[in-house]
Amino acid sequence: MAVADIQKYLRSNRLPHIWCPGCGNGIVLGGVLRGVDKLQLDPNKVVVVSGIGCSSRSAGYVDFNTLHTAHGRAIPFATGVKLARPDLTVIVITGDGDLAAIGGNHFIHAARRNMDLTVVVFNNSTYGMTSGQYSPLTPAGAIAATAPYGNLERAFDMGRLAEAAGATYVARSTTFHALQIPDLIVAAIQNKGFSLVEVIAGCPVYYGRMNKMSAPADMLKWQKENAVSVQQAGNMTPEQLKGKHIIGELFRRQAPEYTEEYGKLIQRFTQEKSRVS
Amino acid sequence: MSHVIPPVSAQAMLMQGNEACAQAALDVGMRFFAGYPITPSTEIAEALAERLPKVGGTFIQMEDEIASIGAILGASLAGRKSMTATSGPGFSLMQELIGLGCLCEIPCVIVNVQRGGPSTGLPTAPAQGDIMQARWGTHGDHPIVVLSPSSVTEMYELTVAAFNIAEALRNPVILLPDEIIAHMREKIQIPETIKIVDRLKPDQPPEKYKPYAIKEGELVPRLANFGEGYRFNVTSLIHDETGFPSGSPQVTETLLKRLMQKVESSRKEITFVESRDLEDARVVLFSCGSTVRSMKEAAREARQKGLKVGWIKTGTVWPFPDEVFQNLPPNVKTVLVCEMNLGMLVHEVRRSAPDRIRVESVAIANGCFITPQEIVSGIETVYEGGR
Repeated sequence: MAVADIQKYLRSNRLPHIWCPGCGNGIVLGGVLRGVDKLQLDPNKVVVVSGIGCSSRSAGYVDFNTLHTAHGRAIPFATGVKLARPDLTVIVITGDGDLAAIGGNHFIHAARRNMDLTVVVFNNSTYGMTSGQYSPLTPAGAIAATAPYGNLERAFDMGRLAEAAGATYVARSTTFHALQIPDLIVAAIQNKGFSLVEVIAGCPVYYGRMNKMSAPADMLKWQKENAVSVQQAGNMTPEQLKGKHIIGELFRRQAPEYTEEYGKLIQRFTQEKSRVS
Repeated sequence: MSHVIPPVSAQAMLMQGNEACAQAALDVGMRFFAGYPITPSTEIAEALAERLPKVGGTFIQMEDEIASIGAILGASLAGRKSMTATSGPGFSLMQELIGLGCLCEIPCVIVNVQRGGPSTGLPTAPAQGDIMQARWGTHGDHPIVVLSPSSVTEMYELTVAAFNIAEALRNPVILLPDEIIAHMREKIQIPETIKIVDRLKPDQPPEKYKPYAIKEGELVPRLANFGEGYRFNVTSLIHDETGFPSGSPQVTETLLKRLMQKVESSRKEITFVESRDLEDARVVLFSCGSTVRSMKEAAREARQKGLKVGWIKTGTVWPFPDEVFQNLPPNVKTVLVCEMNLGMLVHEVRRSAPDRIRVESVAIANGCFITPQEIVSGIETVYEGGR
């Protein structure tokens, strides 16, 4: 787990990054890069597509083919790249606002198509870039810049949403459980289809400060105390699981993948043509 | 980089405007289409859904128009000539990412078949109400090229031109037919050969490569395709020649001015204007799209009545062909702008024509095409009143 493992994937001339001290984004990005390293992927064949927000700035820091798009729209761009070049590994880096709010429709439809994308959502429960408004993943009751009396909305469970929409691999972790992240990324990339990896990350500067967790360590403690492994969760009642985050590999299934299906369609016509000629 | 090919389909045939657009796109090498169903553009998507997989291309129906343009921009960065087709409401949704395409210099073609607006408006009726949105719909200063066909043959020719301009300038190009041209069927002669322009590739090795650096004497960067060994960054933020974000006023100004200059310096190559009978005309008619057809008939009828009337039609709406109006002969007293909206092109003519010329309009937005009679009556109203 030495830093040297992933140094080669960073564009060191783009550092230091823009993230605040104590931000969890670096831990998540490190986990993604360690996963890529485990797979020994050719960086020339990896495309990282991101939206807009703190986590989406990751694209500029990593030495792959990188595309920093518009707010909420990373998945459509990634879909275009993947369909044009099915041989490339396409990783989407996004945040909770970017993916679950403005990009929510693209998310469920890419999952429905089982498009071969690995979507990594850095879930810091807030809009960090715009200084702490509530997102669709902000827990109910939490304080935010736009929820000064507590968040009246309930949060999405992105894992269950992805599963219902048709994703074929779903996992969740936290920045406290950093050692777990690389293997989840490996499994997500290896899954031929739509994969979601949600990583709960701390934003001590906005979310933490507004919710009595202003020290980065407080946020990690919160993640530790509220995380429950898939195995543990199996023995808990819904009441006991309330407010907890189930972590680990949450879901996996087999389904036809879109680019493969389209490839077969093209193949069919190529064969017909060669039969005729 | 350009070459000439014989299209597979060179022959005379009866074809619908939207079909001609799809045919031209395939002939020019478009191999990626993403779209969302919307009247009156849907025939383009339907034709391409059927034909793209047969030529190894890709069609996908996305969940909305925002996703559609996002997908074509992604596919274009991965090296495919890409296109989407839509109409008013969908075109409105695409605006943000049209700006992204302009700033990130991603070639693509967006077909917006104009229908009656605003809002859901008149989905099956013609209009030319998106003239200004096509130019200024996305936020911020940006360059754009907008082409407007007035026949099925021109739908073919200008689709080819749209791809060639997009590739040459690395900029989105908007093809802006109206519903009449898109849905009309008429005889079309597919040319024996068409010229095809392909985007320039980098001539530097990856280690020396700067994606947005401009070679001396050029204005268009040579972006590599994703996956070909050049690991570069594309961002929707203002960026320097390395492709990374910059907040520098100098970088910002240099970039925005170069983007505008890219289109401005190509005016000659991308302006498709025709005119007739200007040398003795007292009144000159001006229009684009299907209105051109009524305009020509109105001019003929006016001449039969002994009125000295000429006409100008433009296939290029943006950049607006200012020079045509700046150089009108001294006999021209009035320009009568004919358009299916409440007055859009007329303001551009007023801006570009010399002060001595009176500029009036036949501007009708009621979901019906403008008839030759309506234009003739407009001519009769302004004919004697020239300053």
